[in-house]
Amino acid sequence: MKKLFAKCYIWLLLAMLYAPLLFIAVFSFTESRVLGSWTGFSTKLYQNLFTGNVSGGAALISAVENTLLIALIAAAFSTLLGTVAAIGIFNLKGRAKRTMQFLNNIPMINPDIITGVSLFLLFVFLKFSQGYVTVVLAHITFCTPYVVLSVMPKLSQMNPNIYEAALDLGATPGQALWKVLVPELRPGMISGFMMAFTMSLDDFAVTFFTRGTIGLDTLSTYIYADARKGGLTPELRPLMTLIFLLVLVLLIIINLRSSRTKNVIE
Amino acid sequence: MTKDYIIDIQHLSKSFGDVKVLDDINFYVRRGEFITLLGPSGCGKTTLLRQIAGFIAPDEGRILLEGKDISGIPPHKRPLNTVFQRYALFPHLDVFDNVAFGLKLHKIPAKEIEQRVKKMLKMVSMTDYEDRSVDSLSGGQQQRVAIARALVNYPKVLLLDEPLAALDLKMRKDMQLELKEIHRKMGITFIYVTHDQEEALTLSDTIVVMNEGRIQQIGTPTDIYNEPVNSFVADFIGESTILNGTMICDRKVEFMGHEFECVDEGFGENVPVDVVVRPEDVVISSDVEGSQFSGVVESCIFKGVHYEMFVDTDKGYELMVQDYDSFEPGSKVGLSINPDDIQVMRKERTCNTIEATVEDQEHVSMLGCTWECSVPAEFKSGDEVLAEVAFDKVDLLDNQEDGKLGGEVHFLLYKGDHYHLTILTDDGDHLWVDTDDIWDKGDLVGIDILPSDIKIKRKNG
Amino acid sequence: MVKRSNWSIPYLVFMLVFVVLPLLLIVLYAFQDSAGHFTFSNITHFFSDSDSLSTFAVSIEVAIENTLICILLGYPAAWILANRKYNRSAVTVVLFLMPMWINALMRTLATAELFNMLGIALGKGTLLFGMVYDFLPFMIYPIYTTLMKMDKSYAEAAEDLGAAPWTVFWKITVPLSLPGVMSGVLMVFMPTVSTFAISEFLTNNKIKLFGTIIQENINSSMWNYGAALAFIMLVIIGITTLFQGSEHGEVEGGLI
Repeated sequence: MKKLFAKCYIWLLLAMLYAPLLFIAVFSFTESRVLGSWTGFSTKLYQNLFTGNVSGGAALISAVENTLLIALIAAAFSTLLGTVAAIGIFNLKGRAKRTMQFLNNIPMINPDIITGVSLFLLFVFLKFSQGYVTVVLAHITFCTPYVVLSVMPKLSQMNPNIYEAALDLGATPGQALWKVLVPELRPGMISGFMMAFTMSLDDFAVTFFTRGTIGLDTLSTYIYADARKGGLTPELRPLMTLIFLLVLVLLIIINLRSSRTKNVIE
Repeated sequence: MTKDYIIDIQHLSKSFGDVKVLDDINFYVRRGEFITLLGPSGCGKTTLLRQIAGFIAPDEGRILLEGKDISGIPPHKRPLNTVFQRYALFPHLDVFDNVAFGLKLHKIPAKEIEQRVKKMLKMVSMTDYEDRSVDSLSGGQQQRVAIARALVNYPKVLLLDEPLAALDLKMRKDMQLELKEIHRKMGITFIYVTHDQEEALTLSDTIVVMNEGRIQQIGTPTDIYNEPVNSFVADFIGESTILNGTMICDRKVEFMGHEFECVDEGFGENVPVDVVVRPEDVVISSDVEGSQFSGVVESCIFKGVHYEMFVDTDKGYELMVQDYDSFEPGSKVGLSINPDDIQVMRKERTCNTIEATVEDQEHVSMLGCTWECSVPAEFKSGDEVLAEVAFDKVDLLDNQEDGKLGGEVHFLLYKGDHYHLTILTDDGDHLWVDTDDIWDKGDLVGIDILPSDIKIKRKNG
Repeated sequence: MVKRSNWSIPYLVFMLVFVVLPLLLIVLYAFQDSAGHFTFSNITHFFSDSDSLSTFAVSIEVAIENTLICILLGYPAAWILANRKYNRSAVTVVLFLMPMWINALMRTLATAELFNMLGIALGKGTLLFGMVYDFLPFMIYPIYTTLMKMDKSYAEAAEDLGAAPWTVFWKITVPLSLPGVMSGVLMVFMPTVSTFAISEFLTNNKIKLFGTIIQENINSSMWNYGAALAFIMLVIIGITTLFQGSEHGEVEGGLI
């Protein structure tokens, strides 16, 4: 009885969380310009999306491209910077270590708008013209802390002697890093990269303040502008539905795989 | 001469911050020898090993390998290999690739790598495990792979850092035999670090006993066991009773209230000494009349092969005795010790000698605070002097706050009728204390000394 | 021999330029007028402007309500998810986190449209609903991880000592999971105050939150006043994190 109640509660919450997403998904199969009015089943919006024949013109397509490209570059740089930083911080001691950890926490505690406004003021102050580069730099700023945090546990789990063991067996410091340290940290680096990538994809506020006035749009800023003009581009519906399905499938695969390997070990 | 020495350590010192971890270490290792660095945790043995491997640079001194100074050479260029304490196998590589790691780096042809790895895995009885992931191996198996990984490179010296510490007792005993066998087959020099005296006695050709960053004694296992040079070594190696004694003249020593014949000479006359008696060397019998002294058995425990008894002697000392026969608690027994089995050691100190500065005629400052005492008229304020305090005149208190200064019980020795403690004060100075009270290692104590018990002396030189 | 601690230097430099300096600039701009002279007028303006003050009050109110609702809804959910009796699959947990991967603006717009279709008027109620919907995963996840990490033997020990299940829950489980609740609060409270766009969409521009007025000022080139508002927010963040101690940072890794 208790169990049934618990299950109901969980599924009710999930239903609430997913209702808007299902709403979008359902209305991606109709041609109506307005979300919420059903004008018969159609896959026209999907066709438009894939042929590039979008009513919003090339703007939506380029916004998607920008989003992906910025996320990719920012995540790659964050992973590199964050991993090197994590190794450094891990080897620091006492006050220096606490200071670095504190600094690393700041971008995570700060709400997006503070990060956005502060970076906006920085670029204004330095008279740095805002655009692609500033957006990428801003994304690296708020993504790197998450990479540091996901690499750090791998460092502390690691047997501290394995780097020395590699040196002992004749590896140069470079070889020891590449052949032993990096493979050990790889899981942390990958999950750090994934987090950075998704954080960047999802960002709105920071991009909004650092993109300047050159008309650079990511998916978020595109949607924002679109919504303020009134009426969303209908092709966003199939796009969101597809992203949703992709994420769902990816997450479930990753989790099933990791829980299976866990079971095998147990 | 140095040609025979594969490793020659000269005047090696190392400090971490204020702490001197190694203090002027000197020793050499003969080619093909199995040498063990033995000591309690924190004695500097691992630091010494890591300096030989090249992970820590010495502050002072040199390490010679076959006569050449290798102090400045990075670890990956030293022809030495290490077996790490927790194995440090690479988790992302399988057994074969772990063992082949060093050979691949040295660009050895694949065929030769395969031959050598297989041969080495066979040597450590891990032949069928080549493709296994290292996480799936037991502790003992991981240990074998770690040994193979180091030995496959044919190092000039194999360094082993407490390699068996993580294994259970049974596995440890088996691995000890195997290590000895591997050492014999390969003919490679082994430098082995352990805190387990039994392991050191079983495995080594030579033992280097270390404590607090200094070498206490170097010798064969038999030498170290039978003729410890000081009370630390005597206490650390095997079981023993250490007693205060007086060397009356050559070949005659007094302890436990009796005079004994011994084989030691050259101490001088009426000199205080430490006497070591191993429990298995005390001859116990029911023949009270024909023995050197007598006692009453207080307790008797069966230890598997022999019985371990504590005997209260006629002059009020407690003595540990091991014998194949048991004697009922409460029974009166006769006790004798052969002259050969009495080990006499010079005392390292007979009282506390502390550096002090005169403040005025009633006060000196030492050990980081000011003490009341009577300062002889010949000394003036600011003079550097020595303060002497007898071992039994230092008071230890339960609460650190109650004492003039705080400290920690660092080391303790039972001397038959009292305890001899080494106290490490909060400022890092040592004090030696004789007491009848029972303390444990690590106990925090308050320290106090009565003004009348501080004797001020002139500093020599 | 290898000083690997030096590897933190590039990141230190990066953070000095992109984290510390920008925050200092907020302070600098907050205390300057548009000509670059030192002034308190931005701050005093805020405290004398009833519009700003009421927006601020509304933001705090909405944030408190949102945080409380998230705890009330999220704690039981996290507890059920972390309890092996009721839930054995990690996938259920992932389902709760999934919406975080979908563009927040898009989700919010969909929520607003859903309300429209159902004929619910946009206002305070819909704003709260949408906020809860956006932030609930951020409350559930940290509570869930602390509950998962908690040593079950504490509860067993309490039971062994005679505590009834409810007593165990209130006296053991809840106090021990408070750090998780605290980091949940941190992830919900300030972000709620500072959201912009979301509140506009969910209330049809009827209710403004603090984030929105910051954005409006910055966008209309009133940088100094915008910076002053951001500075006020920074002060509040500083105070809340001081209360929080160094518990945060627990929300690390493993969202995937």
